[in-house]
Amino acid sequence: MPEVLVFATLNGLVTGLLLFMLASGLTVIFSMMGVLNFAHASFYMLGAYFAYSVSLYFGYWTGLIVAPLIVGVIGALVERYGLRRVHQHGHVAELVFTFGLAFLIEEAVQFFWGADTKNYQTPDLLDFPLFTLFGQEFSAYRGFMLAISIGIFIGLYQVLTRSRVGLIIQAAISHPHMVANLGHNVPLIFTAVFGVGTALAGLAGVIAGPVLTTFPGMALVLGSIVFVIVVIGGLGSLPGAFLASLLIGLLQSYAIATNVGMQDLLALFGLEFPRSHPLDDLWTLNLSQIAPILPFLLLVLVLIFRPTGLMGKREQ
Amino acid sequence: MKILTAKSGVWAGYLAVLLLLPLFFDSILAISIFNQMAIAIVFALSYNMLLGQGGMLSFGHAVYFGLGGFLAVHALLMMENESVYFSIAFIPLIGGLTGLLAGVFIGSFSTRKAGTVFAMISLGIGELVAASSLIFTGFFGGEAGVSGDRTFGPPLFGMDFFSDVDVYYLAAFWVFVSTLFMYLFTQTPAGRMANAVRDNPERAEFIGYSARWVRFISFCASGMFAGVAGGLFALNYEFLTDENLNLVTSGRVLLMAYIGGLGFFIGPIIGAIILTLMNFLLSNYTELWLLYLGILFVLTVLFLPRGFAGFIMMHRLAWLRGKMHTLALPYLLTGLPALLFILCAVCLLELSHTAEPELHFLGLSLSRDSVLVWAALLALATLGWFLTKKSAPGLHRAWEAANAPEADSGQEQTS
Repeated sequence: MPEVLVFATLNGLVTGLLLFMLASGLTVIFSMMGVLNFAHASFYMLGAYFAYSVSLYFGYWTGLIVAPLIVGVIGALVERYGLRRVHQHGHVAELVFTFGLAFLIEEAVQFFWGADTKNYQTPDLLDFPLFTLFGQEFSAYRGFMLAISIGIFIGLYQVLTRSRVGLIIQAAISHPHMVANLGHNVPLIFTAVFGVGTALAGLAGVIAGPVLTTFPGMALVLGSIVFVIVVIGGLGSLPGAFLASLLIGLLQSYAIATNVGMQDLLALFGLEFPRSHPLDDLWTLNLSQIAPILPFLLLVLVLIFRPTGLMGKREQ
Repeated sequence: MKILTAKSGVWAGYLAVLLLLPLFFDSILAISIFNQMAIAIVFALSYNMLLGQGGMLSFGHAVYFGLGGFLAVHALLMMENESVYFSIAFIPLIGGLTGLLAGVFIGSFSTRKAGTVFAMISLGIGELVAASSLIFTGFFGGEAGVSGDRTFGPPLFGMDFFSDVDVYYLAAFWVFVSTLFMYLFTQTPAGRMANAVRDNPERAEFIGYSARWVRFISFCASGMFAGVAGGLFALNYEFLTDENLNLVTSGRVLLMAYIGGLGFFIGPIIGAIILTLMNFLLSNYTELWLLYLGILFVLTVLFLPRGFAGFIMMHRLAWLRGKMHTLALPYLLTGLPALLFILCAVCLLELSHTAEPELHFLGLSLSRDSVLVWAALLALATLGWFLTKKSAPGLHRAWEAANAPEADSGQEQTS
């Protein structure tokens, strides 16, 4: 049992921090522009695919640097020539636009790279077990993912709270007109933030690609979960997004690792149902089975009972 | 009175078109396209009720469609097991009731807010139901889905529903009834208030309406008609899978309604027809049709925020002033190069994707490996782009002139 717990925790942390890399960009973009970027996970997918293509010629480490940059530039262009145009039609139009963009990016990825799964591998340098615990190995690559995500979190936090740029960004979130009156180019800040946010998503894609497999559906798998995190954490709250990322990551990881099910729960009350019961599926439900729907269940519950999320302040 | 007669004329024409279509296009393929269109029209109209008229952006509308469809298939199965016996003409009603019940339940907590919060709840519920459908395999049949047989019920007016044509007439009846009721709904106080709440919930509350209650009513009605569409789907295909419940279907209906034009009653009908036709016509010729659909959608959101119906309605003023002829030439001057550009771009995309050495495109046979073909296409595309850019200001000026207020200050159209 302890080995299950330890590994579930470690894997949950890796997933949670990875999710945070996506959620952080999404939440900063939301708080600045009021746009929930449906295509955010698509930029994550683009990161993985670009890194794969670059790694074929120049190796993994070049891809790690170059791919997020390409994705960031694409993101900035999307903001400049797409979102800004739609902005005048309101938030619903923006949401619909990013939804269309997600659709388009998925099709474009299939156009350029094909519909099959890409053989994107972890670099040889990190292809060894970092440590062995209870006879189970924890790969160095997962440790590397952990390190990068924590580094990004600290870096982002420092930039936003300690640097001049961060101060301007924070000011632009709450008082864009005032910031513009002070002579700052607010649209440029928006574009830059969107670019950096998508670049972060791209970076998450680069480091997740080899582990979570690089295929055209990878955006869809993570996309809605990232949304869930941003909403649960509280729209626009960075610490909230961090908490929610870890919560979702650990929750899913624990749920998959356990085999507790309805039968055990019912047995606790001394109840038992025959296998032929029409609601058989319900009685034999396992926690690991419902792991994929737990985040959405949590989302619906949070939105009903606490629409501001865990740490959100405003209710839109 | 005059308006009323004109409107009844439109409805009579709609009914006539629905009834006469299979007489003119009687191939099996055409009938199956019409059936799919009928389903899409009801579904897209129900979605427009939510987003276009109520201002609620939903990413989980397939839930009501799918649940209605699944219940309908189970009704067919019960008929097969002889536990119930009624005409299958009522199957869409079962779907509608299911959609209504689901709408009442989900709407009771999700319609508190519109906008982003509503969109997120709908997304969460959509994912929840879609994921649950893979878990509860007894009812939803898991990945294999559930299939039924529509021919066990009693015949209706001599139709035994073996052929698709019989299903078409049944679907046409339900499409007409649903369209009529959805239109009438927009004319009721509830429908008018839905528009008011969409535009300004605060003011609507000030004059004494509960925004939440108004949204709830639209939501339930929309769920019901989505369920009717699901019931029609079950009748037509006799088969439902988890895909009918998930984000793919929800996204498809959003695309239909948006491309057709939100806010206009006829918009989603146009969108449903365009997308169904695109699906049938393009998917036979190219693997890239979803890419084209994505491009079309993004371009629509960017440049035609009111969709095709909005584009048509944009010309109302010029039409009323009798100035359409002044627009014809500028449209031609911009449209033809634009068409050239689009055709060349499509050709380039196909050429770079094809596995064959030869690509047959518009009667031309193009070699994939010839540099000349690529250079010519690129040159033509650039030419088309350049000419479009060049002539666009002319079109804009002609447009301004046609819409410019004359002596009286012309009213801006605000529908």
